[in-house]
Amino acid sequence: MIPVFGIDPLQVVGGTIAVAVLGVLAGLVFLGIDRKVTAHMQARIGPPIRQPFRDVRKLLCKDSIVPENAIPWLFNAAPIVALASAIVILLYLPAGSIAPVFGGYGDIILVMYLLTVPALAMVAGGFASGSPYATVGSQREMVTMISYEFPLAIAIIAVAWRLAAAGIADPFSIATIAANPVWSVVGPLGFAGCLILLVVLAWVTPAELSRIPCDTPEAETELAGGLLVEYSGRNLALFYLASGVKTVAMASLAVALFLPWNISGYLALPPAAGYAADIAFFLLKMLVVVFFSVSVIRVGMARFRITHVVSVYWGYLAGLGLLGLLLVVLDVAFGAGVIA
Amino acid sequence: MRLSPSFNRSLWVFHFNSGSCNGCDIEIVAILTPRYDPERFGVRLVGSPKHADVLLVTGPVTHDMTSRLQRVYEQMPDPKVVMCIGTCGQSGGVFYDSYNLDGPVGEVIPVDVYVPGCPPRPEAIIDGVVKAIAKLERLEGESS
Ligand code: SF4
Repeated sequence: MIPVFGIDPLQVVGGTIAVAVLGVLAGLVFLGIDRKVTAHMQARIGPPIRQPFRDVRKLLCKDSIVPENAIPWLFNAAPIVALASAIVILLYLPAGSIAPVFGGYGDIILVMYLLTVPALAMVAGGFASGSPYATVGSQREMVTMISYEFPLAIAIIAVAWRLAAAGIADPFSIATIAANPVWSVVGPLGFAGCLILLVVLAWVTPAELSRIPCDTPEAETELAGGLLVEYSGRNLALFYLASGVKTVAMASLAVALFLPWNISGYLALPPAAGYAADIAFFLLKMLVVVFFSVSVIRVGMARFRITHVVSVYWGYLAGLGLLGLLLVVLDVAFGAGVIA
Repeated sequence: MRLSPSFNRSLWVFHFNSGSCNGCDIEIVAILTPRYDPERFGVRLVGSPKHADVLLVTGPVTHDMTSRLQRVYEQMPDPKVVMCIGTCGQSGGVFYDSYNLDGPVGEVIPVDVYVPGCPPRPEAIIDGVVKAIAKLERLEGESS
């Protein structure tokens, strides 16, 4: 094919379709594993891992109701935008040693902003539902977004800044961050700082994904499902898929930032087997991230009040993040680790 | 009807109290505990009738609740199942012939499965869900 703007259209289209299919499948499997693991931690047996697939199939065969006082085009567009934008994030994140489809374009700051688009789509859908519950849910979702954005930005900036201080060119590109694990350039202080930032990122994940303890916007016991209260059938299924893909996106962002190692370099494998081993290892790392930042937190906590979400994320987690950033800065100031 | 094995294995439940004494509601909450763990079968309690496949109705339907019960029933997307939990929803039970009842439930909305008892044991309610699944499977067989 003739390249357009330096991109091979066939490769981009094929890659996008592959990423979309694999992202959705992986998302549903992760949701299933999360539910199974959670059930075991609560001394239950829990649903089979393929339960999310059944849920989606069931939702697809149900009616999709559009409420009388909703804005139909926005109400129906929101789930599609949510799923599509969640898939777009995956196009920028590497999977194992496989470079992302849009690897050469956009950087980690772009990913940070793309992460807000699915949430914004949900907010728009909530406001378009014309239900007071959904409106309150949308407002809470916006407050949650404002709260977690700052700690997330600190974690991302600190890593990129440390790489820049180590003299690595183009530190904001995801390929650079994935190729140069931040742990390999920091000294002892920076190591402690990065550990703190890892914890901050692990706590941002449930807020990003609207899971317990930050499911305040959905809160089925007080808001009857919040944002999603009016959604049913196909539209609800799309949101369900989007939440799975978002889980994958957040997990692969955490992996790219803090756990970017591949194993094919350590094993003497033929290229194809090397790719497969890297993908398997990548999925394992994502599973670890999902386990600690979604399942364990979800089992151990109850839901925050919306005021608590703000004080915890703006106060404690932002403070913790700034402490981590300070340690990373001191690391450079004292000349520990790799410095340009 | 668009029924499928996935549908039977992923029943999301909405609980509606039409004026019960709260006995049956407590038993419904008891089913959701780890001891009975209905999530094994994909059963989940949801907060909105729009998400629900099964409507669990408790209580004898008082005057004030009639229109609300009908509206909640109509808000549920098809295909859907209605289960009536407790004796008072079937006959009035201890509230039989009371001045302020429009019920029993079966006269307000169509009911698929009745679970008798005042209140029924959690096992009985689970058995009712199994009966509902059996009914869905039968309907699925008839429609195909
Ligand atoms: S059946 Fe009995 S326990 Fe259940 S709501 Fe009616 S009166 Fe209460």
